Amino acid sequence: MDQSSILDFRSGTFFAPILVLYNNDLEKIEQRLQEKIASAPDFFSSSPVLFDLSELNENDKKIDVEALISLLRRLSLFPVGIRGGDPSQEKRALELSVPVDSGRSRNDAILPEIQRKDDTMPEVQPVIREAVRAPAMMITQPVRSGQRIYAASDLVILAQVSAGAEIMAEGNIHVYNTLRGRALAGVQGDTAARFFCLDLQAELVSIAGIYKTSEDLKETPKKKPVQVYLRDQALIIEELS
Amino acid sequence: MARIIVVTSGKGGVGKTTTSAAIAMGLAKRGHKTAVIDFDVGLRNLDLIMGCERRVVYDFVNVINGEANLNQALIKDKNCNQLYILPASQTRDKDALNLEGVGRVLEELSKDFKYIVCDSPAGIEKGAYLAMYYADDAFVVTNPEVSSVRDSDRMLGILASKSRRAELNMEPIKEYLLLTRYDPDRVESGEMLGLDDVQEILSLHLLGVIPESKSVLNASNSGIPVILDEKSDAGQAYADVVARYLGEKKPLRFIDSKKGFLRKLFGGK
Repeated sequence: MDQSSILDFRSGTFFAPILVLYNNDLEKIEQRLQEKIASAPDFFSSSPVLFDLSELNENDKKIDVEALISLLRRLSLFPVGIRGGDPSQEKRALELSVPVDSGRSRNDAILPEIQRKDDTMPEVQPVIREAVRAPAMMITQPVRSGQRIYAASDLVILAQVSAGAEIMAEGNIHVYNTLRGRALAGVQGDTAARFFCLDLQAELVSIAGIYKTSEDLKETPKKKPVQVYLRDQALIIEELS
Repeated sequence: MARIIVVTSGKGGVGKTTTSAAIAMGLAKRGHKTAVIDFDVGLRNLDLIMGCERRVVYDFVNVINGEANLNQALIKDKNCNQLYILPASQTRDKDALNLEGVGRVLEELSKDFKYIVCDSPAGIEKGAYLAMYYADDAFVVTNPEVSSVRDSDRMLGILASKSRRAELNMEPIKEYLLLTRYDPDRVESGEMLGLDDVQEILSLHLLGVIPESKSVLNASNSGIPVILDEKSDAGQAYADVVARYLGEKKPLRFIDSKKGFLRKLFGGK
């Protein structure tokens, strides 16, 4: 019955440089790329890269996706996505096992625009941080004794959490009701994670592994909204006014 | 289609079998054809409470194993011709039941009956799991003390996650709270959890409060479901529960302390 030990899908964040192309001349691209790589070989060696064709396509400059992909691979880069391609380019990329990043294609050309005009920018500038945690997990039913909930994101609970239940989140936890069970926020070590609750009667609260048990929580106000956060390796429990 | 009701609690000795017998009889008395099944294989009690222990020939396990058909195993109640009892086997254990077999028996009963009451064994193991798996409604029987409340909470979690309705993403089991062995005097003196405390912890739809009563033991000993003792407080409380379950509005009774009432009456301290 229990198949949880075989695999898990977790949301995660993944960093990759985005290669924005303004010229469809493959020779010039290769030359410029080699210069870039030579300037920071450690950074670019075996690096995943997502290439963005939206500038080219806006100016009606077509590029051979197959040739581009093999060029990147020859320079020991790993193309992991295409963005801003036309349908035939996207199709060709998929055939070569390069997935299409469709979500935010085509209309985020503003950032590369600024970077192109400033040649003094450091080499690592094209790395755009796409830190997006998975959308918050929402629970509307009571979490009963013996139940465990794990969110690879923020966790929002609208019902009560009973004594003997355990709720865990990699991000923040919000309980818009009474908490009587155990609550662990920032379980992957996020010390900035916080915990919010309308009535704290918990058996245990923890942020990034630093915890207090109900024995230590006697002093906290009951039936009052509180937040819990970390300051200098100590859990601070504070009434929300 | 029949409505399948599980009477469950997690904890033992809180009044599951008494409740199963009472509400099954209550529903049948109102003209709904009802079957009540004892899932407590190995610790059979329902037949005693229903007063049919001398007429048991075949049981639930025989039906599941195909050694008897349902009509041979069902016992017609002697007080009400709309009520049938399917007893548990006393010589076997819970492993004699299986999910598929229980499903088959419930499906066959569903063709003929309006309500099927499943009397769950205590615990959260196989017997209790099989009793609640196919349920549409759950009567969670709870005593006003902390361990019973926590066990009920655990059982509610299982109802919400491991039942057929949960697994198939159907509308969840309707959960009702039944507070039994309630003693308003002891609540008043702080020896027992009050109705409000239990409600705050479980936040569940309250179907009724059954007062602690000598009539329950008397009924069990004589093999007549307590609901038939219309003069007793427990019997009346169970009749109210059945009425509320069927959608009638009934005010809560037997929840105020008699001592408190007298004190109010005579203006004592």
